[in-house]
Amino acid sequence: MSNVKIPDPAFTQSIIDAGGKTLDLCYQCGTCTGSCPSGRTTAFRTRQLIRKAQLGLKDDILPSEELWMCTTCYSCVERCPRDVDIVDIIILMRNMAVQKGYMAEDHKKVGRSLINSGHTVPASDKLKHLRVSMGLSENPPTTIADPKALADFKKIMAKTGFDKLIGGA
Amino acid sequence: MAADKFALFLGCVAPLRYPGIEKATRELFKALGYDLREMTGAGCCPAPGVIRSFDQATWLALAARNLAIAEKQDCDILTICNGCYGSLYEANHMLQEDPELLRKVNVILSEVGMKYEGKVRVRHFADVLFKDIGIEKMKQKFTKPLTYNVAVHYGCHFSRPTKIKHIDDPERPHVLDELVEWTGAKSIPYADKQMCCGAGGGVRSRDAKFALSFTEAKLKNMKAVKAQFIIDVCPFCHLQFDRGQKDLPGYDIPVIHLAQLYGLALGLPVSSLGLEAHEIKVTL
Repeated sequence: MSNVKIPDPAFTQSIIDAGGKTLDLCYQCGTCTGSCPSGRTTAFRTRQLIRKAQLGLKDDILPSEELWMCTTCYSCVERCPRDVDIVDIIILMRNMAVQKGYMAEDHKKVGRSLINSGHTVPASDKLKHLRVSMGLSENPPTTIADPKALADFKKIMAKTGFDKLIGGA
Repeated sequence: MAADKFALFLGCVAPLRYPGIEKATRELFKALGYDLREMTGAGCCPAPGVIRSFDQATWLALAARNLAIAEKQDCDILTICNGCYGSLYEANHMLQEDPELLRKVNVILSEVGMKYEGKVRVRHFADVLFKDIGIEKMKQKFTKPLTYNVAVHYGCHFSRPTKIKHIDDPERPHVLDELVEWTGAKSIPYADKQMCCGAGGGVRSRDAKFALSFTEAKLKNMKAVKAQFIIDVCPFCHLQFDRGQKDLPGYDIPVIHLAQLYGLALGLPVSSLGLEAHEIKVTL
């Protein structure tokens, strides 16, 4: 009996309630899978992921690696004959996975960079030098150069709980 | 909002990894008579693949903060990156379509004394060149006809999702090919041109090897048609192609952002294109 999967309709409903209203429209034609560059060389199957979401197979989806194989290229969305918001639905399920603590360490690193500087990539001395040599300011006029703006940025992330979500800065 | 000014949204990768893209954009729009205002204190857009995948509510609130910075200056936003364009355009669309969502986001923004009213338009610089400037005005500014054969890479978030964006066809786009050919360069066709570079959706940061498998598939097709340069309009695709080739023996096609290519056509000094930051040496 270990192969029997128990559907969880509440999970399906939670995707719909969070904005995935088009999930029900999928009739499993497979155009998404046929269009997906991630599926060309791997076992990733968009249609299967959407079917699992329709069935509420939460424990199959949330801890899975496949949830993170979509590059959000929208090839599937552009071709879907039922106008299913496939990428939006994948993103909503990723949000749910992160809520459950399923988050790669490298992704936490990106999140920490956002908290610490307001940017997803760090500044480097070599490039500061290049900026100045081209007549640009040493730092761009963003959160990097503006402590008050960075404090505001952090305040917003504290309010939405982002810092706690990724395990603190 | 006034047509001769924009709030310049820099994002992360352009100013912090390829500042030549920022510099070339500033020079290009100055030459076209635009007043580019600084978005002082702006941050990451935030990135549509990583940050939105982690927490959409945070993504939306931080995007709204960036939109509010431009709105306060009574300016539309000019983006130079498909990722920034994707995030800001889509967040803006959501906020403009849903007053209740806008109200909720403004509760968060009020914590830092800000408010967004939904008045800003988010533009991609290539769309501005194509629609607002046009070939006649642009050609008057070019001083140096280019003769390169190049492979154009659109990047996914330039035109997609077309359900909300309306700047080009998702399957057979033409805007960037035309913009490239205005300079005299030739955009050569190659197989599977619309394929993704592999970096998006948080894939590059989570599984670099998998991301690189996309990049290699594209590079193989670009090399087969003897492309001299790869032309992009997204610093993140740019980074994926430029840095990716370091790990792919047999590939060394230089990568140039469209703003840099336009800088060349305008006759800007090469030193203002920041080509030193490129991993794959650009020989002009």
